[in-house]
This record gives sequence, structure tokens and C-alpha cells, in this order.
Amino acid sequence: MTTPPPAVEMRGITKRFGSLVANDRVDFTLDRGQIHALLGENGAGKTTLMRILYGLYHADAGDISVGGQSAVIRSPRDAIALRIGMVTQHFALVPPLTVTENVVLGHNQGVRLKLEDAHRRVSEAAERYGVDVQPRALVKDLSVGERQRVEILKALYRDARVLILDEPTAVLVPQEVEQLFDALRRLRDDGLSVVFISHKLREVMSITDRVTVLRGGQLAGSVQTSETTPAEMARMMVGRTTFGMPSLDEASSTQPAARAVLRLDGVTAVDNKGLPALKGITLDVYGGEIMGLAGVSGNGQSELAQVLEGTRLCTTGTITVAGQDVSGADPDRIMKAGVGRIPEDRHASVVPEMTVAQNMALEHLGEYTSNGSLNRRQMRAHAEKLIAEYQIKARPDDRIRTLSGGNMQKVILARVMERNPKVIIVSQPTRGLDIGATEYVRSRLLEQRQRGAAILLISEDLDEILELSDRVAVIYEGEIQGILPRTEADPERLGLLMAGAKDSPQWA
Amino acid sequence: MNDLLSTTFLVGLIAATLRVATPLVFGTVGEVITERAGILNLGIEGIMFLGAFVGFAAAAKAEAAGMAGYLWIGLGAATVSGLLMALLMGLLTVTLGLNQHVSGLGITLLATALSLFGFRLVFGESSVLPSIDPFPQLTPFGDAPVIGPIFTQYLLTFVAFLVVVPVGWWLLYRTNFGLNLRSVGENPEAADAAGINVFRTRYLALAIGAALMASGGAFLSLASLGAFSPGIIAGRGWVCIALVIFARWDPVRGMLGALLFGGVFALQLRLQTLGFALPYEVLLALPYLVTIAALAIAGRNVAYPGAYLKPYRRE
Ligand SMILES: Nc1ncnc2c1ncn2[C@@H]1O[C@H](COP(=O)(O)OP(=O)(O)OP(=O)(O)O)[C@@H](O)[C@H]1O
Ligand SMILES: [Mg+2]
Repeated sequence: MTTPPPAVEMRGITKRFGSLVANDRVDFTLDRGQIHALLGENGAGKTTLMRILYGLYHADAGDISVGGQSAVIRSPRDAIALRIGMVTQHFALVPPLTVTENVVLGHNQGVRLKLEDAHRRVSEAAERYGVDVQPRALVKDLSVGERQRVEILKALYRDARVLILDEPTAVLVPQEVEQLFDALRRLRDDGLSVVFISHKLREVMSITDRVTVLRGGQLAGSVQTSETTPAEMARMMVGRTTFGMPSLDEASSTQPAARAVLRLDGVTAVDNKGLPALKGITLDVYGGEIMGLAGVSGNGQSELAQVLEGTRLCTTGTITVAGQDVSGADPDRIMKAGVGRIPEDRHASVVPEMTVAQNMALEHLGEYTSNGSLNRRQMRAHAEKLIAEYQIKARPDDRIRTLSGGNMQKVILARVMERNPKVIIVSQPTRGLDIGATEYVRSRLLEQRQRGAAILLISEDLDEILELSDRVAVIYEGEIQGILPRTEADPERLGLLMAGAKDSPQWA
Repeated sequence: MNDLLSTTFLVGLIAATLRVATPLVFGTVGEVITERAGILNLGIEGIMFLGAFVGFAAAAKAEAAGMAGYLWIGLGAATVSGLLMALLMGLLTVTLGLNQHVSGLGITLLATALSLFGFRLVFGESSVLPSIDPFPQLTPFGDAPVIGPIFTQYLLTFVAFLVVVPVGWWLLYRTNFGLNLRSVGENPEAADAAGINVFRTRYLALAIGAALMASGGAFLSLASLGAFSPGIIAGRGWVCIALVIFARWDPVRGMLGALLFGGVFALQLRLQTLGFALPYEVLLALPYLVTIAALAIAGRNVAYPGAYLKPYRRE
């Protein structure tokens, strides 16, 4: 008996963007009924390789065969016909449309749009694959996790036998990750092949059968998951051996300042729909401490961050920064009061079409202005200095949207940290970053703590919170459910608070 | 005052409203469909003008050659001229990804100049304006009171209200093509990833839109006037652009907007003839002022199509 041909075989794939070689003679083989991890640092070429398989990019060289047949994939249309589906890093959904409309989009026969039929077929498919979605809901009202389920259903609805998931867990909370993994295991048992891109080695160990590692656009190796270890994978990714993820334990202890630098007293705010999002938040963050804010997404974290940045008004309550009342102040005044912010959505906190130098100067243009005109040379020099200091792989004149996630985050970090802020509000700082970049960002945050900054770390990644925070506050439905000192914060206890358990006593 | 409220006055006003609104319905629905695919076609003013001219010139030549269906030949020619402009607009904004404002204004300038030049070529510089025997008015209700005169209208007026608006609506919301078109205008990356040909969909939207715009222009020269003059469109295309926003990109609301503008326009015409105590310049400006006011009220916080003005490139 001969073994069945692999689900996908890519040979010698090369892709250049100008002078940059994003994929350099990469081979990749995906077997049937296999969950296959694609690993690599930011910019290693993982997304590029998969976009080629899905027809969104065209390889400059190389061959692809699908199910043993040589295939030419010119567009997603071709890929879909070959029963390949892809869930991209940034979701490809149309927010004002319903779930059903998004799922059937581009896949309907005939002239008439038979919506009732479509709703029925989508519910059936959702049931068959065990994907929990409401067909009639508008996508713009869905949470990130729900949107991802819509994307997966969209691929399955088109009878995908190969499912590409580009960093699917980067946007999910732990419970959702478990749900996703259950679904993936079921699909694998049905014979589906899955490409799973992730930076989290623990996930790769737990869900995948095989691992392929890219480094700098080249194949660094491909092994069975059961025959490797996280350390081995990390070594393949970066080409050096050990990795110690920075955590508070290694950082020398600091003596928190006597007075809270950031004080929130009974802060309330409403969300975009006018419903209460923050219901009287009282929280003190001392200089030289990292206060972790844990919670399931959608419990007021974004609103809290926005209130602290000045992009959302607090309806009642006061916010003080180093004794200065900044409640209701605009972002500029808040920044001048000494608050630095590293927002959740990297892409929204830079101007994508502008250069690195311009983005670095953006928040303080006044300092680069003389007689009403911008001093570009000064902006460049400033950018060059930061690029060197923060080891950013970019040139001052690169458009910032062409930077990898890790480098973009470094630009944002540099922009904030060079001002030595008294308070740093940081949301999901390592989401989507590779190990190297994550390590870097964490050590920079710990450095700021050492310097005496009061840091509010908002994250859905419990591990990150536990490893970095002096104290952990849990937010649930717009209220602080409890504040635990580091020594008493363990995942179980936090989990209970995150789920809304009220009974635990308050710590200060 | 009695004059104003008499049945004859009102009936005349309503009939005129429908007539004035007709080219606006064509233009607005055309622009709605185009913008829903993510393209602002500022060529509309020129395309309506070109449609009026080409329709008229072709009809006049065919009439002179003794062809019976000359008006239909004119209408067909107008549509084709619209399609050609759509092709050009598509080349500039879809294929080359150029700025839509500049491309659209360029199309308007080009189409206007072509029409004026063509007019001289075809009809020379005679002092009497050439004219044709236009489309007759239909009288489906005969001379029944009230509805008889109200519905004494040109065929194209019936087409505008009974075909263009409902079919436009149906196309957008009840067909697969409409779903594709809306998603291309909201999020072309998503549409592309779903296997939709973004370029083809945008070209088709431009084509349907421009065919409607050109037909709206041809209505003026082939039906309501039976002649062509340089002032024939007089900014109607720009009014359509405003009406699209007023309509929040919905064909039915677009029709309501066209009726509002048409109504005020017809009213001021009548007030002029009644010798109303306002300078006629003010009366003339009235429909435009009302449009601006309506836009100011209804056009606030509108949700533009997500990919409005954005060219799509796969990189
Ligand atoms: N459309 C593009 N134009 C120019 N350069 C690109 C383009 N897409 C990707 N690149 C470059 O190609 C390289 C590989 O990028 P790719 O997105 O494949 O990396 P990745 O491994 O998916 O990284 P990450 O983990 O950050 O998602 C990067 O240097 C990136 O900047
Ligand atoms: Mg990627």
C-alpha cells in the first residue's frame, strides 16, 4: 500500500518584496489529518508563505501541489476551489453585514440572494462543525473570539480540507483558546489538515503534530512535535540556545513609593452604546510598581485605558497623576502630566502611511518646529538615535506600516519611554510578538519599573500578568473585583475573580 | 393664497415634481450603486451631459435618416457613451488606483468638452438650436381627475420610479451580485479573500452607474426638452452627489431625496410665474438651499462605505 499524497506540498518557494527576500527556497509539507505549526520570529516569512498558498501573493519561484496534483494558485478563488481556507491575521470580514452574509460571501450560486436559505444552511454548518455563532447577528457587534469563529466557519462552509490559521490565539482569552483547540482536534479527526501559526510554544506543544520553523525567510527545520522541546524550537527560531523570559523574579526588588502616582477614585464611564462600562473604579498605582489588570476581554478594560488616555470622558470620579487632577483632560494635557501610553491596537496608535521618524516625533511636534515649519533633519536625527537605542530594525524613512509587529511595537515603546513618563498605561504589549520581541518588551517594562514609573499593565494573558505584576487587580463588568498582591495571586484565584466571584475579601 | 392651494395647482406641482425628479433618480441611483462599491464617481455631471448630447445627436441623425425608432437609438447611444466613460473611470481609479476626486473631475471636464465639441461638429454653428420630436407623454389614466394629469408623464419617468429604484434596491440587497458589490465597497480585502473579483465588481458597478447617469441626461434631451443646450444639466450631477449622502447610500431614500429636490424646484418655478414677491434668483437658489439643509440634517454621522475612496491593491 502506498501512503496517500500529502494535503499540500510546497517546494522551493521564493518570494521577494523589492530587495527583501521574504521566503527563500522554502519547502513545506502538510500531511492529511495533521495540525502543523509554522513557527518563526516576527518577519520570518510565515504569513507570506501562507498567503502564497492562499493565492494572495504570487511566488517568484517554486511549485505547489495540493493532494498530489500540481496546482497553480493565482487568487483566493483558485485556493478555495482547491479546498483551502485561510483565517488571516487581520480578519477578512465585512463588519456591517450579518454572520450569514459574511459566511456565504462569494460562494453563492445564481442571481438571487436567498437569505432565508442561507441562514438555514449557515446554522446547519455551524451545528455540524460545532461552531457557536448566531447567523443573524451583525459582525460588527461580535467579540473578537466570535469573529474568529465566523472566519473558521466561512472556510469550513466552503468545504475546506486545508485550514490555515494565522496567529489565531493572539486575540483570544484562555477559555476561547481551549474552545478553539477542541474544535481543531475534532476537525483533525475528520481528516482536515490545519496550519497553525503561533508564537506561543506551549500551544504548539499541546495542539500540533508537526512543527516547521522559518528563520529569516529560510527553512530552519521541520520535526515531529513529539520529538522536540520548546527549547529546541526556540533555538531553531533564533539560532541561539537559551531563553529566559524576563519576569519580576529576576528583576531586583524596588521599594514602591509612599504615595500613589496614579490614583483613580470612583471613576465611571459609558461605552459606545451609552451603557455603563466602568462602575466606580478605585485604584492606586505606586511609583516603581507594575499593577496588572486582569479580566476577560470586554469587561471595561478598553474603556479604562481610553479614559486614562483622555480619549474617553469619565462621567464621574477623579483621576490624579502625581497629585495633578487630570479628570476630563484631553490627551495632550494627560501626556504633559506625565502619562505614557502603549495602546492595545498597535496599528491604530501610529499613522501607517507616515515614516518611522514622523511617527516618533508625532506626539511632540512642537519640539521639532521652528518658525512654524518642521525641522526634518532634527526629526531624522531623533529617529536615528531611538532606532539605535531600541535596536529597531528599520530606517527613519520607512513607512511604518511596512514594519513587522515587533518593530512597530518597539517604535511605540521608544516614543513613550524616552520621555521618562511617571505613569505608563500599557495594553496587550506582547500580543502577536515573537519570543525575542516579547522578551525585549518585558525587560523594557521592568526597566521602567526600576526607574520608578507607575505602570498599569492591562493584559488578557494571565501568564504575562503573573510574571510581571507586583499586584494584580481583576476587573469584572466594569468593577474592580479584587486586588491581590503578587504572592497571593495564582491562576485559580484570579480565574474565580475574573468569572465574577464576589466573595473574596479586598486587599489593598 | 387660494391659487396656491387649488387642486389644479397641486396637481400641476406633483406632476412637475415627478418630471424634475426623473433625471435625479437616474443619477442618484447610479451614483449609489457606484459608491456602494467604494468608488466616488464625480464624473457624474459630465456623464449626464454626455448622455444628453450623444442621445440627442444620435436621435437627431436617425430621425433625419427617417428611422422610426430614432429615440431608442438615441437612448441606446447615450447608454453606450456612459459605459465608455465608466471604462475610463475604471481604468483610472480601479486599475491604476488613482485619486478618485481628481479622476472624476477629469472625466467631467473631458465629457463636457467632448460634448460641446461634438455638438459643433454634428450641428455646426447655426443660430437656431436643433430639435427633435421628443418622446411623447403617456396617459395611463386618461383624463381622469387628479390622477390623470399627475400620471401624464414620459415613459422614462415611469421607468425611473417603477424600474430603476426597485430594481436598484433589489440588485443591492437581494442578489448575490449586490452582496459582492457591498462587500467590495466595505472591505475589499475580505471580498478578495472570499474569492470575489474586486476589480471586475468595481468595473461593473461603475458601468451600471454610468449607464444610469447617461440615461438620466438623455431623458432631458430626448423627452422633457427635445433639444440640447450647453446648460442642459446645470449642476444636476452635483445635486445627485449630495442626494446620495442624504440617502445614506440607499436607492429608495435616494428617490425621496430626488422628490424633495424636484418638489422645491417645481414649486419655485411656479412661484416665479405667479410673480411671487421674492427676487427670482432667490427662488432659483431655493432647491439647492433645501438640499444643503436636508443634507445638514439627515447627512450627519452617516456611515460611509468602509472602503470609500480607497483603491484596492493586493500588494
Ligand atoms: N506586502 C509586503 N510588502 C513589502 N514587504 C512585505 C510585505 N509583506 C511582508 N513583507 C515583509 O516580508 C517579511 C516577512 O513578513 P511576514 O509577514 O511573512 O512575517 P511573519 O513571519 O508572518 O511575521 P509576524 O510573526 O510578525 O506575523 C517581513 O520583513 C515583512 O516586512
Ligand atoms: Mg505573520
